[in-house]
Amino acid sequence: MNFFVLSLIKAGLVAFVLLTTLAYLQWIERKVLAHIQLRIGPSRVGPHGLLQPLADVIKLLTKEGFIPTNVNTFFYLLAPVLAVTIALTAISVIPFGPAITIAGVETYMQLTDLKIGILFVLALSSVGVYGVALAGWASNSKYALLGGLRSSAQMISYELPMAMAIVAPLLMLNTLSLREMVAMQDGFYLGFIPRWSIFQMPLPQVVSFVLFLIAAFAETNRVPFDLPEAENELVAGFHTEYSSMSFAAFFMAEYANMITVTAIATLLFLGGWHPLFPYAYGSWLIPVLLFAAGGLIALSHGMNPARPFDRITLPITGVVFIGIGLAFAVPFLQPYILPLFWFAAKVGILLFIFIWIRGTLPRFRYDQLMSFAWKFMFPVALINLLVTALAVALTN
Amino acid sequence: MDAILFLLFAFVAVVCAISLVVQTHPISSALSLIGVMGSLAVLYLLLGAEFIAAAQLIVYAGAIMVLFIFVIMVLNAGAEQRSSKSRLVKWLGIPLFAVFIGLISFIIQSQLPQSKGVTFGSFTTATGLEIGRALFTTYLLPFEVTSILILVAILGAVVLARKEI
Repeated sequence: MNFFVLSLIKAGLVAFVLLTTLAYLQWIERKVLAHIQLRIGPSRVGPHGLLQPLADVIKLLTKEGFIPTNVNTFFYLLAPVLAVTIALTAISVIPFGPAITIAGVETYMQLTDLKIGILFVLALSSVGVYGVALAGWASNSKYALLGGLRSSAQMISYELPMAMAIVAPLLMLNTLSLREMVAMQDGFYLGFIPRWSIFQMPLPQVVSFVLFLIAAFAETNRVPFDLPEAENELVAGFHTEYSSMSFAAFFMAEYANMITVTAIATLLFLGGWHPLFPYAYGSWLIPVLLFAAGGLIALSHGMNPARPFDRITLPITGVVFIGIGLAFAVPFLQPYILPLFWFAAKVGILLFIFIWIRGTLPRFRYDQLMSFAWKFMFPVALINLLVTALAVALTN
Repeated sequence: MDAILFLLFAFVAVVCAISLVVQTHPISSALSLIGVMGSLAVLYLLLGAEFIAAAQLIVYAGAIMVLFIFVIMVLNAGAEQRSSKSRLVKWLGIPLFAVFIGLISFIIQSQLPQSKGVTFGSFTTATGLEIGRALFTTYLLPFEVTSILILVAILGAVVLARKEI
């Protein structure tokens, strides 16, 4: 098929899935946080608040885009565009699955495979600071300026340990292309231990993985490192003066960055779309059982409903879930959806950890944040890199 | 396609460079410089040097310029004031500029016949592997000397900034 047509179709698909995920990630976050704090969360719009993201989008779209006085108009308008564009671009190099053949056309489940894929993502994440910094500066407000300053200082500081944590597994995987990285993690030790970077010989990269996750929290401005938008000190930080779609752009950028870093963590440390244990031992049964169990729980709750409308919605959900679960058992569909399941499951678990930590940990103080980066993260990352390099050099 | 992209980004680079000098506000100047860095990265990419393009973005646009912007924001520097014009600049500025342009064009003119032209996508030896090998074999001494120089600069900055240690 024509390269351009194929790319357009894939780009459309990825954009649709990504934007839907962005919207529903926020719903999931609100729900999970609510349940952690013994609340119900969004429950008014649609069953279980499922249409809440749609309502939010409509609200933000129809709200007046307000430009405060005495702002630097050009940079004020540029900042959100910059933030969201850079954040969404990073998804273009992320592979979701292996090569597949649909109707005689062979293609990769990835928009484009750069030889320098991981560097491209790093470059985008380092350029992404400008959106936040400019927003803080152009708003002509002290809260926004302080938020922008904090954010840029924090992102510069944590970029270093993050890059170091990425380099260590790269030494073992020996490639910069994200797709080849996953290919290097294929296979199993002793027939059942996956060769993911966090298990891979000569040196399992557990330390790098933890360092990367911590740095990722800081890079995406999430709790416990969300000082740029510390509500009790800075109103809303760098986006205090923004409303309507420009506010939504920052919001989308934050969630898109979360998806990107979790996807990178999955590809780099958790073996991408490779299953936890071999197919021969029945790893394909996991999605079947998971979805079937979810469906059965929904069905059993539908039998004795807590709310009147649960009598209709829960059985429908249950049947859909069981249907999805059975689809994983069809041999014809397996090569398409099994890799997607494993990739989505790993990314989803990491995203859940992000939300979980937001519900658990309090915020750092700013000097703690900085000394943590420079006096703990950076030396540990350096030592980890040296030890990994030594291990790789000795085994080669 | 390559030629169009080259013309486009070379044009962007030149426009950003001019804007860098002409702008009076430091933030605008710094952002113009980022524009120059970004278009240079695209030009490297057109030559086929992917690694260098990414390094250009990460190091210059991502690290150094963020520090610039950060310092400008911390100092809250406003737009530049036009100073009372120096007489030296007024009378010697344009002739000196003409001499400078003449010199540059003379050097280019004399070097041009000997140098080979580059073609798009031909510069493929600049992979991470090759660059690492070159840095740690052929250019080991300059590389280490540079890193010591940077270390000295960092120490100097720390000493200057914190008088009581």
